[in-house]
Amino acid sequence: MTPIKRRRHHAAGYAVVLLGLLLVGAAYAVLTGTGSTASAAAPTAAQQAQIAEGRSLFEENCASCHGFAAQGVSGVGPSLIGVGAAAVYFQVSTGRMPAKQNEAEQPRKEPELNPRQTLAIAAYIQSLGGGPEIPSAAQVSTNGADVALGQSLFITNCAQCHNFSGAGGALTYGKYAPPLDQSTPSQIYTAMLTGPEAMPVFNDSTVTPSEKRDIIAYVTGERSQPNPGGFSLGRVGPVTEGLVVFLGLLLFMVLAAMWIAARHGRAHE
Amino acid sequence: MSDTSAGGQPGDARRGSQAGQPGAEPAADEGPAVPHRVIGTPPPAQARTLLGQADDEPQAQPRELPAEVSDPERAKRAERVVAACFIIAMLAGFAFIVCYALFQVHTVNGALHSNLVLGSTMGLAFLGLGVGATIWVRQVMPVVEQTEERHPLASSPEDRAAFAKTFEEGTEASGFVSRPLLRRTLIAATVPVALAPIVLLRDMGPLPGTSLENTVWRRGMRLLTAGSNRPLTPGDFDSPGGMITVVPEGFQNDDDALAKAAVVIIKFAPGVLQPPTVLNWTVDGIVAYSKICTHLGCPAALYEQTTQHILCPCHQSTFDAPRGAQVLFGPATRPLPQLPMTVNSAGYLVARSDFHEPVGPSYWERS
Repeated sequence: MTPIKRRRHHAAGYAVVLLGLLLVGAAYAVLTGTGSTASAAAPTAAQQAQIAEGRSLFEENCASCHGFAAQGVSGVGPSLIGVGAAAVYFQVSTGRMPAKQNEAEQPRKEPELNPRQTLAIAAYIQSLGGGPEIPSAAQVSTNGADVALGQSLFITNCAQCHNFSGAGGALTYGKYAPPLDQSTPSQIYTAMLTGPEAMPVFNDSTVTPSEKRDIIAYVTGERSQPNPGGFSLGRVGPVTEGLVVFLGLLLFMVLAAMWIAARHGRAHE
Repeated sequence: MSDTSAGGQPGDARRGSQAGQPGAEPAADEGPAVPHRVIGTPPPAQARTLLGQADDEPQAQPRELPAEVSDPERAKRAERVVAACFIIAMLAGFAFIVCYALFQVHTVNGALHSNLVLGSTMGLAFLGLGVGATIWVRQVMPVVEQTEERHPLASSPEDRAAFAKTFEEGTEASGFVSRPLLRRTLIAATVPVALAPIVLLRDMGPLPGTSLENTVWRRGMRLLTAGSNRPLTPGDFDSPGGMITVVPEGFQNDDDALAKAAVVIIKFAPGVLQPPTVLNWTVDGIVAYSKICTHLGCPAALYEQTTQHILCPCHQSTFDAPRGAQVLFGPATRPLPQLPMTVNSAGYLVARSDFHEPVGPSYWERS
């Protein structure tokens, strides 16, 4: 015991407590995955350069609505602190952000920022307050995914808005659940993780990463389902089919009847 | 034209003639033992022809339709077209049968292709028949104007008087009035036969009893995520704006039970939940509502996290999630029932009890 006693410095107790706190904090950040790993470990020079590029891109493209510190502007754009890189990736890579105007639902459009710029802004936002991260390619791979479970989960939790085949559907006051026919696996994943706009959040403990891959496999697999007749009619079921029959074929039959009557009249003249 | 479909058949008359009541109208040339007419046979109206009323004395009428077509050359061409249409219809009909055998429906894609080929071959067959018949009528058959006159629907007074007379005679001859024993036993015999189908209604199943007022949720039953069947802790469900469908543990594959017991849980930031939400039944801003719409029982789980409204996709009933799922809009008349919820000693979300009110459509309010 004496050697230890001899080595103890008067500040050693504080040092131990400080070290313990740091370890607990780092472990918490790593385990929960909500803390920014970039800030837990010292950011490399490359990461710092990316964050700096992201910051300047943010100020050019986003700050007018979300504020120069991403703190949000009341009534215009929400705070982006804590939304994470995943939210930025979803909004920017689908072209929804930067938004052209404030409207009920931001439509999907050609992205204005390239993938490199998107990742830079995502890194900048991630550095501000952490949040869900962009999934890796392996996390969104559908290899070996359980499509049947994916369908079951999709139908239980997603189909009421996005339609059972992912064709989308209307919400209230001009909002709508977009069709999922162009969404990439990473976009589907980040949408579930972050709950963009009116969509609820499906975090990793309620819908696990593996189940998210199953859902992605179902959604992307639906697209390759054949349409033997040549027309999918939006794959929204009997409503469109009935509408096409009612409006299209009924109109055709009325016109055909008029044509026959007109010819009949001529034949008697 | 409709009056050409005479009701009675000669057989009826022969069978009825055994009643043996003498005919009353002297005009008939049958013997006195045979009635001139029996109930159910056509009244002694005038003779009918296919096209218009004949005179009392039928006479040779001129042809109404020409025997020859006006343009034999055109008819000849049309004949070939019609025959071609009918051959196409025949081939399409055969193709339907062949395709039925060739395209099996054991897979989803197989069913899709089967639908396509069966639909197109049958459609083509009907189209060929229809087009062929139309061209036949319009180009091969002669074109004539025909007039059909409208006659009053009621029978003539003579017919009605004859019917009444026959009916009275029949009643008298049957002894229905004069023999009360027969009449009463006949009525007694028919009443149970008439009641029998009503008894069979019981086979529509046992009465629902209180089953519509209860679900399978019980105290301590864990909430499992639907589909993946995992129990949840409040910590698992910690993202405000989160929503997930849950089912009662032990009934996750029981569709009959889930038809009433399906529940959505929604996570709110602290302080958002307000009465009339029963706050004692929530855990850390997590509230559980029945997923069954109180209007007609659709799964109401269309949750907008921006407005915090739950919508039913069937008829747009809108419920205010943080305020007890009260109805904001739409045909539903009462809030979605809230499931009493707590955490068990292991930290999992569990039910405190069954719902305190019936879930689903408010059937008892309809009267």
